Amino acid sequence: MRAKEIADALHAVPLTLWEEEHQNHEYKNVFATDLMSDALAMIQDEEESTVLLTGLCNTQTLRTAEMLDVRFIVFVRGKFLLDDAIEMAKNMGIVCLATDYTMYDACGRLYLKGLTGIYG
Amino acid sequence: MDSILHKEYTVVQDDYVNAGKVSSDIKSTLSEIGISPKVLRKIAVASYESEINLIIHAYGGKVFLDVGEDGAVYLVFKDPGPGIPDLEKALTPGWSTASEKARGMGFGAGMGLPNIQRVSDDFHIESSPEGTTLSLVFRSPV
Ligand SMILES: Nc1ncnc2c1ncn2[C@@H]1O[C@H](COP(=O)(O)OP(=O)(O)OP(=O)(O)O)[C@@H](O)[C@H]1O
Ligand SMILES: [Mg+2]
Repeated sequence: MRAKEIADALHAVPLTLWEEEHQNHEYKNVFATDLMSDALAMIQDEEESTVLLTGLCNTQTLRTAEMLDVRFIVFVRGKFLLDDAIEMAKNMGIVCLATDYTMYDACGRLYLKGLTGIYG
Repeated sequence: MDSILHKEYTVVQDDYVNAGKVSSDIKSTLSEIGISPKVLRKIAVASYESEINLIIHAYGGKVFLDVGEDGAVYLVFKDPGPGIPDLEKALTPGWSTASEKARGMGFGAGMGLPNIQRVSDDFHIESSPEGTTLSLVFRSPV
């Protein structure tokens, strides 16, 4: 699914660069967690097509994505990144969106759209 | 061991602002010398988990990066204490003594050490009240 469709399904707003190339990038699966060690343990391949969904809104989320080569993060529950974190995300080339939906609702919406978990 | 690349870093206890910078530098340094993305990701994950442990559990510490002539990557994380009283427990998935603050930063799942062990080709840990030394090797096909 294209990033743009994911954003639409979640009524999400971009926090970082959101050019056409970002909007058109295809994603296949989602990993949702507030625990960074879970993400670090679970995401092992296909990171380019994995969306990280999280309520953890700080620079450690960005660092985790950086280590994993994950390029797309959606922050749930209307959380926002502080300015310096947004700057950091931009420098890392990570696209960040924010949605008002809770973790459960955001996951449900994406699942209904056909996105699966990281193990298919 | 003949090292073709050597770097040292200092990690400061409770320094959440800079947490991850060392691992980020290690990742980009190794990327420049041509380590494959897949191996690089394993190294970055292990390095980051270890770096965070120095920040949230130890009194800070030092990180040593070496690359052998055969392309093997050696990482050593050395801290001056307080040590891990029960290593077996520490290596059990889910076991954690992380503080509320560390949990608030997304850590404390008790997955770090098991994960580091899983992604590394060689894993060696020694601990006493005087400190903990974690030595890792990653062999990358060249
Ligand atoms: N360098 C260290 N010095 C002292 N204690 C440590 C050190 N590294 C790990 N520990 C101890 O071992 C436990 C397990 O570590 P591990 O990295 O597996 O999990 P965690 O750090 O608690 O949580 P996570 O890594 O999932 O965020 C820690 O909770 C801590 O008690
Ligand atoms: Mg840990």
